[in-house]
Amino acid sequence: MRYAYYPGCSAESTARDMHESTLAVAKALGIEMVEPKGWTCCGATAGHQTDRILAASLPAASLVKVKDMGLDMVVNCAACYNRMKMANNEISTDSEIRTSVCDAIGRDYDGSVNVRHFVEVLLKDVGLETIKKAVKHSLKGLKVACYYGCLLVRPPKVMKFDDPENPTSLDKLVKVIGGESIDWSGKVECCGGGLSLTRTDVVVDLTDSILGMAQKAGADCIAVSCPMCQVNLDLRQQDIKKQTGRDYEMPIVYITQLLGLSFGISPDKLGFKKLMVPASNILEKVAQNSNE
Amino acid sequence: MTITIRKTKKSDRLKEIVEQLSGADLSICLQCKKCSSGCPVNKQTVSRPSEIMRRLHLNAGDELLESDIIWTCVSCETCSTRCPMGIEVAAIIDALRKLALERKASKQKGNVPLFNKAFLKTVEIFGRTYEIAMIAAYKLGTGKFMNDTEKFPTMIKKGKISLIPSLHGDRKIVRRIFKKTKENKGAKV
Repeated sequence: MRYAYYPGCSAESTARDMHESTLAVAKALGIEMVEPKGWTCCGATAGHQTDRILAASLPAASLVKVKDMGLDMVVNCAACYNRMKMANNEISTDSEIRTSVCDAIGRDYDGSVNVRHFVEVLLKDVGLETIKKAVKHSLKGLKVACYYGCLLVRPPKVMKFDDPENPTSLDKLVKVIGGESIDWSGKVECCGGGLSLTRTDVVVDLTDSILGMAQKAGADCIAVSCPMCQVNLDLRQQDIKKQTGRDYEMPIVYITQLLGLSFGISPDKLGFKKLMVPASNILEKVAQNSNE
Repeated sequence: MTITIRKTKKSDRLKEIVEQLSGADLSICLQCKKCSSGCPVNKQTVSRPSEIMRRLHLNAGDELLESDIIWTCVSCETCSTRCPMGIEVAAIIDALRKLALERKASKQKGNVPLFNKAFLKTVEIFGRTYEIAMIAAYKLGTGKFMNDTEKFPTMIKKGKISLIPSLHGDRKIVRRIFKKTKENKGAKV
């Protein structure tokens, strides 16, 4: 299994933990990830809030590099994944946009690169059976609230990732590594990631609500697959505590970090030290399970 | 809910341009308000997506561009996902943002346009986002430098944020994209 892996800009900064754990998990499962040389920013929310052509051209600059490689593009950042698919959709369905985008990137591009999320590759190409065989330490007894947020599942007619109201992809992965994926109502609520710096008041309110739902459902941690959600839910717990007195101490981990742990990969290699809210409860549980 | 439409400012084809920019057909909106009830920021805004749809359809003028939903919207796409008529409500908000900037509607709480500008500037220069520089540029612009700064020492210590920019991106192609986008300003899309 060989893919063109687009890490996304966060992977080099606030989501290095996502990046490291993705590569570690891929290696453990024999997935070859090749970074397209010179990949560039997808434009994120700032791009599509500014200009439609800019929003389609920035992803196209990297998509066209992957087209040259003749591979599927694999993305783990939900935000980049969303922008890549949205750009492909715009370019392949609207000829005027395609013309403008090709002019902007200085090359012809038809929107045909197959963009896949890493979770989708794990479920469809690798398969749950193979993942199960790779498990060395079970996550037995760990209650995980799987959080999908917005960008993985919406808009569903373009993303086609999972059920937009009750997705289960992350839950399947949690279960296969022995964890308990809990039923809760916050799966696809928005954490307000895009407004994290500009409207912290809104974001504190939204993250407080999501963390509250997860806690109420008995979660030991929240598993995510989006750097915006991770940083937002992890970092804003300090602000929530200051403003409301509610202290969640809820670790926000990437699904790839949980997978890596269960495969017996060292927490240091999975970026666990980078988490603002320490995941000591998860690490203790895994250690306890492996001693039993 | 009563919606009052005052024609205080010239509308200058607002509805027509929004439809063209977003590709959405405003006339099919049923006013079921699923978009507004599912909107995660509906507690924080006075204006709601369904109201924007109705006002646009009834040929509201440029005063619509001052609506607080335009810059409080988190682009979560819940509205577009749940619309029974398949209207791309989020795309309409994007179109309104573009027009609000072009027609110099008032900047709102939080100054999202400044954040977007700071974000895109680092992309234009480095080819990839440079988070620390983007945050600094935004904070300098707003004058609220102290917000969140207490988190940086821990983030830096834990290696949660990078201090140096990545220079491995293809900056040539990104600069070309920004140059072309600026040249095409005012084009159809």
